[in-house]
Amino acid sequence: MEQLSTRHLLGIKDLSPADIQLIFETADNFKDILNRPIKKVPSLRDITIANVFFENSTRTKLSFELAEKRLSADVVNFASASSSVKKGETLIDTVNNILAMKVDMVVMRHSSPGAPHFLSKHISANIVNAGDGTHEHPTQALLDSFSIREKLGDVAGKKVAIIGDILHSRVALSNIFCLQKLGAEVMVCGPVTLLPKYIADLGVKVEHDVFKALQWCDVANVLRIQLERQQIKYFPSLREYSLFYGINRELLNRLDKEIVIMHPGPINRGVELNSDVADSEHAIILQQVENGVAIRMAVLYLLAGVK
Amino acid sequence: MPQILIMQKRLVLDQTQISLTISRFCHQLIENHDDFDNTVLLGLQPRGALVLDKIIQRMQEIQNISLEYGYLDATFHRDDFRRRDLPLRANETKIDFLIENKKVVLVDDVLYKGRSVRAAMDAMIAFGRPQKVELMVLIDRKFTRDFPIQPDYCGRQVNTLESQYVSVEWQDKGFEKDAIWITEKESNE
Repeated sequence: MEQLSTRHLLGIKDLSPADIQLIFETADNFKDILNRPIKKVPSLRDITIANVFFENSTRTKLSFELAEKRLSADVVNFASASSSVKKGETLIDTVNNILAMKVDMVVMRHSSPGAPHFLSKHISANIVNAGDGTHEHPTQALLDSFSIREKLGDVAGKKVAIIGDILHSRVALSNIFCLQKLGAEVMVCGPVTLLPKYIADLGVKVEHDVFKALQWCDVANVLRIQLERQQIKYFPSLREYSLFYGINRELLNRLDKEIVIMHPGPINRGVELNSDVADSEHAIILQQVENGVAIRMAVLYLLAGVK
Repeated sequence: MPQILIMQKRLVLDQTQISLTISRFCHQLIENHDDFDNTVLLGLQPRGALVLDKIIQRMQEIQNISLEYGYLDATFHRDDFRRRDLPLRANETKIDFLIENKKVVLVDDVLYKGRSVRAAMDAMIAFGRPQKVELMVLIDRKFTRDFPIQPDYCGRQVNTLESQYVSVEWQDKGFEKDAIWITEKESNE
């Protein structure tokens, strides 16, 4: 198969394992290009991409923009904070106005789960979901699995623990789908209040003791506490969370094996990860960021090729 | 009555002829590039890379010359992306050197429209500015070019129709013998 089975990337849930493999193999080629003196190819030179961000982002937006520019696409950026959305314009109107300017693809982040799905039913451009509320963040999950594959050779058969604020995390959900499609075993770990009630129905193990989770896994993907999405208090204090769920060197030293530490960023140092872990040789956090550009190049390139 | 498919198939080069051509290529390269101290060979992925492997192997048999060589994939530089029914799958580019100021010999199996070679020359520039570029092909399909591109080293020139396809078969890729055929493209009807 040389082409994706979908013309939008709305979530990992819609991708087949063959789609994910194709994205990985294409990303391998792009990663090679990113390590050359000239890091640019002309593939998307006749394509215009709009980055439409209704929610703040540093890494993802930068990563998408770099990926688009490395592929020679024309890029327009839109941030809701400085736009007519503030004047009461609807989502469809905003995007249709952007499309009227002949845009071929839309990369969108929105605080409402399902916003890109809604949009895909109303407009003709390819849509890439760059995070929709607490629902999915497909490119993050792809780059996470790609990084595991790079570090450990394969994702199939590996044990991955996702630790932290699962309830508010779109990264967690996309990661669960992606890892399972690639044949990994998944565990979620966090305080009871930060785990969705029926999460076990997705076929994941559930653990509340972080040491046991670390002891079980080959890879720990540590998530940030998303204070901006928490309307109520889910735990007494950050200090208490850090005491029970923060990962530090001492905890890792107690394990009888070495594990890989991942984090989608931004890190709250001293809360979910201590600096002595985040900056250690076990952490592949910066490799994840590097792989993010290659994965996003692969996704944009493959979506552009779908007829 | 079951439909009988008659596949027109004409042999262009057989195993012995291909072997002779590879040897001739090696001698021509030695004549033109002396000790290869400033020359690199690039095989165009995927099929030109196979031809390059044969040349490297023969070169070692002839003179035990060690050459700098690599494989170049031009998929992301093609001008027919989004115009084909199915996008082409990219292959690995493996070039561990810069081609700045070097003589480059691009190696491919069949020269047809010239579009792959144009894309390859575009892709190649990412590794530096070459002093000179030459093109080596096993088969040159005459009168079919879309670009002003001609080979410097050519195994055999053939006259072909749009409806025909030149297929290169290698024994070490599972075929019975090394052979180059002209076949009719399968009709979509």
